[in-house]
Amino acid sequence: MAMTLAEKIIARAAGRDHVTPGEIVICRVDLAMIHDSGGPRRVQPILERLGVGVWDPAKVVLIADHYVPAFDAETREIGALTRRFAASHRLGGFYDGEGICHVVLPERGHLLPGMLAVGGDSHSPTGGAFGAYMFGIGATEMAGVLATGEIWLRVPQTIRLDWSGRFPRGVTAKDVMLFLCGRLGMDGGRYQAVEYTGSAIIALPMQERMTLSNMTAELGGQAGLVAPDETTLAYLRAAGVAAAESAPRHGDADADAECHEFSADTLEPQVAAPHSPANAAPVGSYAPTRIEVAYIGACTGAKLADLRMAAAVLKGRRAASGVRLLVAPASRRDQQVAAAEGTLAILEQAGASLLPNACGICAGYGDALLGEEVVCISSTARNFKGRMGAASSRVYLASPYTVAASAVAGRIVDPREMLDREAA
Amino acid sequence: MRAGRAFVFGDNIDTDALAPGAYMKGPIEALLPHCLEATDPAFARSVRPGDVVVAGRNFGIGSSREQAAQALKLLGVAAVIAQSFGGIFHRNALNLGLPVLACADAPRIRAGDLVRVDAAAGRIENETTGAVLSAEKLPGFLLEMLEAGGLVPYLERRLATRRPAVPPKAPRSGRA
Repeated sequence: MAMTLAEKIIARAAGRDHVTPGEIVICRVDLAMIHDSGGPRRVQPILERLGVGVWDPAKVVLIADHYVPAFDAETREIGALTRRFAASHRLGGFYDGEGICHVVLPERGHLLPGMLAVGGDSHSPTGGAFGAYMFGIGATEMAGVLATGEIWLRVPQTIRLDWSGRFPRGVTAKDVMLFLCGRLGMDGGRYQAVEYTGSAIIALPMQERMTLSNMTAELGGQAGLVAPDETTLAYLRAAGVAAAESAPRHGDADADAECHEFSADTLEPQVAAPHSPANAAPVGSYAPTRIEVAYIGACTGAKLADLRMAAAVLKGRRAASGVRLLVAPASRRDQQVAAAEGTLAILEQAGASLLPNACGICAGYGDALLGEEVVCISSTARNFKGRMGAASSRVYLASPYTVAASAVAGRIVDPREMLDREAA
Repeated sequence: MRAGRAFVFGDNIDTDALAPGAYMKGPIEALLPHCLEATDPAFARSVRPGDVVVAGRNFGIGSSREQAAQALKLLGVAAVIAQSFGGIFHRNALNLGLPVLACADAPRIRAGDLVRVDAAAGRIENETTGAVLSAEKLPGFLLEMLEAGGLVPYLERRLATRRPAVPPKAPRSGRA
């Protein structure tokens, strides 16, 4: 019987020839990713209570990214506990201060097409960009996975979001996801499997695909997949790994899926107003809004591709006076490449302050939170009330292009004008 | 269970509202007074053991931080009734032994109504209005986990008896 890409991955992990949407299956987990916030400090006490160890430490990757760097006694203790956990288990990988988990995991070659993977973080659907079925779970459920190597799933229906044509210059994966949140709502994904297809998606480079899959969380999907292709394989080669021959490359053409069709050619840069990604509209709708902070950060919006977008706008320009431009590159490696190629220098010359390679203020953590009444435009995924600081702060979400252009203008602007016109 | 007072919220109540990031570093007890603070500053000090939280669509969207569900549980909330839930929150709540009921008619419950919940039967009785609402029924193994008090006691039992994993037989409708 015909199956979608998600169904093929789940069927294999469940040891079944075939699965049907709605049925409940038990899957073997190929990869479990944990971080310092929901990881060791929460799972260790449960494993001790159960009196069991980690089922297969080689399949577990621990990435410290939330309380990095530590800023007080409590966060120093979380860091120490995280490192003790890493030291006492022979984990498949441990990264401390190397960047945000969703970016570091594939960058270091841990994630492969066809995997059934779980992450202790809601943006774990990012892994779907590589053709893995990856989803986020809480700490107690993660402890269960670490104890047993298994997780239950209700086989999801596949919702195909098909983008024909080609995204115009200045329009990014971030704009796609804000548009979709606005159009379908934050429960549009219905906790099912979203799959991004069509010529415009196939043309996207790997880190842009990661942004699509990443924000499947905001769309309410459980997982967000892109069928692996030559772009995927080239990324994996650069990371020093290769996809298994047996990994499914695509769903069957006649598999049952709900399909929504969109045209990439006419999409405009999007901005989502406070306090929901679903408050998305073309950038012009919010154009006169004055901003005080422009934030390029997070797994969603500060990968190398995102830093390059910001630099394309900021080259030869400066943030307006009174605007704080903050950049927190998503991984140390992405920052190193950005430094070597000159991207970082452009950002710094534009007045950017560099923040650590960590989740930082996107997650409401750290010591750089937004103050009372502050208006911010951000390349991150969520603008919930109070998430990035004071409950009275207001966060607009946009692409790195739009955030950078707005930093220069001191107000929300369409970035395409600056992209088309070199700085004087 | 006895009836509890309803605390009513709207759509898209997110995990940052339930478990604000600034309090995530400390012990859960320090987070409790701030649960839903940005939405209803009086909630954490007004809610009493046995009360229920009622909401519209997509309750618990956002982060995977299970402190969002744990805070409600520790504040004594007996159940959350919503039109729909964020997927991760729904799993977290069941894993922590907090009953969650998806009920299309949730908006018919008013703030302060006395509500009695039977999670196993998927039955919600509004003692104030006399209305009886039905919720989606949870699969048997999730009810068993809920009755055990959550995933950890459920696993303790399972590991002790070495019973096979969850039986793959469950209703096909609804969300779990």
